Amino acid sequence: MADPMRIRATLQGDVADVRIIMMHPMETGNRKDAKGDVVPLHFIQSVVVTHNGRPVMDAQWSQAVSRNPRLFLRVKGAKAGERVSVTWVDNKGDKRTDEAVIMPSS
Amino acid sequence: MGSVAALAATGAGGLLRSAESWAANWNKAGFESKALADVLKSLGAANPVESRDIVITAPDIAENSALVPVAVTSKIPNTQQISIVAEKNPFPLAATFEMTSGAEGYVRTDLKMGQTSDIWAIVKADGKFYVAKSEVKITVGGCG
Repeated sequence: MADPMRIRATLQGDVADVRIIMMHPMETGNRKDAKGDVVPLHFIQSVVVTHNGRPVMDAQWSQAVSRNPRLFLRVKGAKAGERVSVTWVDNKGDKRTDEAVIMPSS
Repeated sequence: MGSVAALAATGAGGLLRSAESWAANWNKAGFESKALADVLKSLGAANPVESRDIVITAPDIAENSALVPVAVTSKIPNTQQISIVAEKNPFPLAATFEMTSGAEGYVRTDLKMGQTSDIWAIVKADGKFYVAKSEVKITVGGCG
């Protein structure tokens, strides 16, 4: 099981500023390890972000997205205390879901 | 767009989709294309119109080719989809983000870039395609 994502959702007016960091090697299939063996292609293909259970973003990625990917987005019509959930699935079928509560602006 | 609509129809249950259905949704033809024309075709965006209402925020010179921050802001009304393309990467299409009415026309992530290249932001709004480009210079190669 992959490590948990870090998700921060902060309200700015009625827009939630959502910042996600996923823990994933995002291997391109070109890199060689210390022994000189090629590390197989291994990357997140799909990411879905929901706000209170309603999908707001559906992303599809290639291996060109950086290791431990960051994804920032902004969700309209948000309120403090509501939930943002993120699910990713990689090319090996591994998946992970995490969620965060929207924090009021400080 | 279809996948977002399907998810909306099933609500939170959409998160229970199987890994197979996620994979089926993935734009395999686009992500495995080496030619830009094929990428555009896979998106249905053969002739995108240049737009000043798309802002790409990326460094002019990247210090780390494995971590090039790229943000795209679309001021085009009803922005439905943003794709990011690194023109000279071995596989140019890096990511496609589909947004429903809940998400603003904005996204930020980080890319690996093999060499100095234009970054393209391709925006779909009201079913039409628009594009903006911004060059990022890579000082040391390393699409590792």
